[in-house]
Amino acid sequence: MLVLCGLTSAVIYAGGYRVSLQGQRSLAMGHTGVALVNNAELAFFNPAGLVYLENKINVAVGASAVFSNVIWQNDEFGQMAETDNPVGTPFYAYFSYGVNDWLTLGLSAYTPYGSSVEWPDDWAGSHLVNNIDLQAIYIQPLASVKISEKISIGGGPIYVNGSVNFNRNLDRTLTDVEGNRANVTVDASGVSAWGWSLGGMYSPTENLRFGVNYRSEIIVEAEGGDADFENIPNSPATSFADTQFDAALPLPAELTVGASYRFDKWTVAVDYNRNYWDVYNSLDIDFADAGIPDSDNPRNYKNSSIYRFGLQYWANETFTLRAGYYFDESPVQSGYFAPETPRNDSNNFTGGLSININDRFAIDASFLYSRFDEIEETYNPDPETFPDYEGVPFGGTFKSSAFVPGLGLTIKI
Amino acid sequence: MKNYFRYIAVLALSIVSCEPEFEDPIDEEGFYSNGEADFSNYVALGNSLTAGFADNALYISGQENSYPNILAQQFAVVQDTEGFRQPLVNDNTGGLVLGGQTIPGFDTRLVLSFDADGSNPSPQNYRGAQPTTDVSTKLEGSFNNMGVPGAKSYQLAFPGYGDLSGLTTQPATANPYFVRFASSPQTTVVQDALAQEPTFFSLWIGNNDVLGFATSGGVGVDQTGTFTGANPIEYFSTYGPNDITDPNAFAAVYGQMVQDLSASASGGVLINIPDVASVPYFTTVPVNAIPLDSQTATALNAQFAAYNDQILPGLMGLGLLSAEEVQARRINFTEGQNFVTLRDESLTDISQIIQGAPFNLDAQTAGLLGQLRQATVGDLIPLTSSGFLGTTVGGDPMMINGVSVPLGDQHVLTTSEQEMIAAATQRYNETIAALAEANGLGLVDANATLSRLASEGISFDAGTVTADFVSGGAFSLDGIHLTPRGYAIIANGIIDEINDTYNSEVPKVNVGNYTTVTLSNDVQ
Repeated sequence: MLVLCGLTSAVIYAGGYRVSLQGQRSLAMGHTGVALVNNAELAFFNPAGLVYLENKINVAVGASAVFSNVIWQNDEFGQMAETDNPVGTPFYAYFSYGVNDWLTLGLSAYTPYGSSVEWPDDWAGSHLVNNIDLQAIYIQPLASVKISEKISIGGGPIYVNGSVNFNRNLDRTLTDVEGNRANVTVDASGVSAWGWSLGGMYSPTENLRFGVNYRSEIIVEAEGGDADFENIPNSPATSFADTQFDAALPLPAELTVGASYRFDKWTVAVDYNRNYWDVYNSLDIDFADAGIPDSDNPRNYKNSSIYRFGLQYWANETFTLRAGYYFDESPVQSGYFAPETPRNDSNNFTGGLSININDRFAIDASFLYSRFDEIEETYNPDPETFPDYEGVPFGGTFKSSAFVPGLGLTIKI
Repeated sequence: MKNYFRYIAVLALSIVSCEPEFEDPIDEEGFYSNGEADFSNYVALGNSLTAGFADNALYISGQENSYPNILAQQFAVVQDTEGFRQPLVNDNTGGLVLGGQTIPGFDTRLVLSFDADGSNPSPQNYRGAQPTTDVSTKLEGSFNNMGVPGAKSYQLAFPGYGDLSGLTTQPATANPYFVRFASSPQTTVVQDALAQEPTFFSLWIGNNDVLGFATSGGVGVDQTGTFTGANPIEYFSTYGPNDITDPNAFAAVYGQMVQDLSASASGGVLINIPDVASVPYFTTVPVNAIPLDSQTATALNAQFAAYNDQILPGLMGLGLLSAEEVQARRINFTEGQNFVTLRDESLTDISQIIQGAPFNLDAQTAGLLGQLRQATVGDLIPLTSSGFLGTTVGGDPMMINGVSVPLGDQHVLTTSEQEMIAAATQRYNETIAALAEANGLGLVDANATLSRLASEGISFDAGTVTADFVSGGAFSLDGIHLTPRGYAIIANGIIDEINDTYNSEVPKVNVGNYTTVTLSNDVQ
C-alpha cells in the first residue's frame, strides 16, 4: 500500500475535483455499488456490505490511468490553448477481515479527490491558472456490523493527507524588465484532516438490496504553505516577496443511495450521488506578508447530482462482463467557469470485465469514457456576491475529454 | 482470453480518438477569411513606431509587441503564412554600441522608478545591464519588419542608409538600426522590402518628417516650398536633422514607394501621420509650471517694472513695436501658478536697441529681454525640459530658468511652430489619403486614433486607455512612442481597415492582454 501511495497522482475527471474511480468492478458498472455485494470495493461504496462477503479475508486493489485534456478557444480574438495534463494514476486498496458472523473489520486507502491541469505557461488565461496539482489520500479503518439478517451498518473515521501546488500569473500583463511574466506558486504538502463515513444496507430478499452511504465533508486547511513569487519587477511599487500562506480547500460531503437486483446471471444497479459542493464558495489564499494583497478566487459551486446505472452479466466460471452509464452534473455554475476546473455536465460510458484466474484471484479491468459537450463559458464572478474580486471576465469555448482504463485485483481467502 | 485481447485493442483505439476536438476549430481553414488579401508574406515598412520602439529604445520585448508582429500573429490564425521575421536586437536593455562604446544618443531604455516608499514615479534609464547590441554585428537574411527607428520618408529610399561607414561621417548619412540588417551597404529600405516580394504590406512613414522639428522645440527649418523636383537625393542631403520635410517632396518619395510596393502585392495599408503635438511628450509639462508665493511674485514684478512700464511703451512710441507685440511681451507674475518666460524667435529682436539710449541696458540684461515673452496656454513644453524649469543659472537665486531667465527655443514649441507642423502634417495626410484611394489600399487613420486617446480615451475590458503620461497606458516613458497596449490599439485599427478594404475576417487582439510601462528601480 505504501508503494501505491508513492505512485499516486489523482486527476480531475468528474464534477469539480471529485475523482470517481474507486473500484474497477463498480466503475465498469457506471461506478454504482452502494447496494452491491461483490468484492472488497464495498469498503468505499458501502462498508455496511462488507459483512456479507463470503470469504474471511477480502482484498481489492487497483489503479487507473487517466488521460484527460481540455481545449479552449476564443474566436473573437483568435486565441487557442490546450492542456498537457500528466497521466494521472488514482488508486485504491481495500482489505476486510471477517471476525465473526456479524462483524467484519476493514482498512481502506483511496483517492477520491484530486486535480491535475497544465495549461501552457502564459496562455491567455494564465492570470487564472497556469497549472494546478491537487492530491488527497483517504485512509480509513472500518467496521461492518450485521444488525439483523436483513440490515447491516458500517463505517469508520477517515484520515486525509493532502497536497496542493498551484501556479498562476499575478495578472494579465505584469512582467520584469526582461519581459517574463510575474507569477506565484503556492505549495503545501502533508496537510492532514479528519472525517468519517457511515453506510447502511437493507436486503429484503436474497436478490434485492438497498444501500445508503454518507461520507462527511472534510476541510483541508493548509497553514504556513510556501508562496513563491517569480519575475517580480525590482520596484517598491510591486513589493511581492516570497512568503507563507494559509488556505482552506473543502472536500465536500457525498450522500449515495441505491439499489441492486439480481436475476439469474444478470445484476442491475442504480445509484444516486448528491455532492455537497456549495461549501466551495471561494478559494481564499491569505498571504502572511501583510504587504501582499490576499488572493480571493470566487468559485460559487452548487450542490450537484450524479445518476448511475450498471449492469453485470455472469458469463461463465471465468468471465464476468459489465457495462454502465452515468450522468455527471457539474457543480460549476455559469459565469464561474475557472479554467483550473473547467467542467461542464458529462455523459459517461463504462465497461469492463473480471477474469477469475482461480477461486481466490480475479483480474478486474474497466474503462471509462467521459463525453463533454463543447461549451461557451466565462469566468466572471458577480460583483454583488464577490465585491472583492477585481479581475476582468475570461471566456471562450471549452471542450474536455477523459479516457480512463483501469486494472485491479480481487483476492478472496 | 480472446475476449480480453479484443477488449485491449478497443481500448487502444479509443485512447487515440479521445483527444478533445471542437466542431468548428478556429485554426481550421475557412473559420476566418483572408478575403481578397494574401497575408502569406507580409512586410512592414516604417520608422520607430513600426519597429516596436518604446521607452526611447529598441529592445526585444518591445519588438515582440510591435504592431506588425501583432498583425502577423493574427494573420497566421487566418491563413498559412511564411512566418514573420524581425531584426531583433540583442537584449531587453536597449541602447546601441559600436566598438564597445555606447553610441551617443542611443542610451538604454527608460523604466519607471520610484522612491523607496513607492512615491514619486519617474522615468529613468535602466542600468541593470549594459547595452549589448553592437550595430556592426550584421544580421543574416531578410526581415519582414523593415521598421527603422529615426527614418524619415525619403530616407527609406536613401542609398547608403545601411552603410556602417556612414555612421561616423559628419553629419552621419547612415542609420545604426538599418546598418544592422541592410542586405548591402548601398541598398535602401524599400529595395530590401521589395526583394522579399511581399504579398501584403503596411507603410507608416512621415512622422519623423515633422517630429524632429517638434521635439527640438522648433530649432530646425521648415523646408515647405523648397522642393523644385530636381534630383531628390541631392535635394534631401541639404536637410538638417530637425527640418520639416517639404510636403511636395514628401508626396514625390511617398508616391514612388507606394507605386513600387503595390506593384506586386495583393494589397496593403497606408497609415497616416498623427498630430505630434497631441502626444504626452508635449502635453505633460504644464506651461504654467512655475509656482510663486506673493512675496516672490511682487519682487519679480518689481524687477520687470522698468521693462513693462518704460521700455515696451518707449519702443512702441518709437514705432518699433506694435501695440499687439507690446501686449504679448509684457511680463506679469502672480501668486500661484505662473506661465514660464521664453525667448520667441518670431518676436522682433530688441536686444541691440535697448543697449543704446535712452535705455542703456547692459549686454546681458538686453540679451535676456531681446525676444522675451511669457508663455500662453497654446505653447507646449517638451517632456525633457521638465527637469530644466526652475533650475538656476550658476546657482544665482535671482537667475531662474523659465522665470527671470527665459527658456530657449528648444524648450518651447510655440504656437507658430505648431502651426508649421500642423500644416505640413495635414498635407502629408492628404497625400497619403489620395494615394490609398488611387491604389485601392487601406487607409488607417492613426491620427484619429491618437487624438481619441488624447481626448476621451479608448475603452477596453479593464478600463480606458488614454494618452496621459505614465498612467494612461498608451504611451511609453518617452512620451512619443507607444506601449505594447498602444501598439495593440494601432494593430486593431489596422485590422478593422484591412477587413473593410479586403472583405477579410481577421480577428482583433484583446488590448487588455498587452502591457504598459515597465517598472524597475535598477537605475543607478
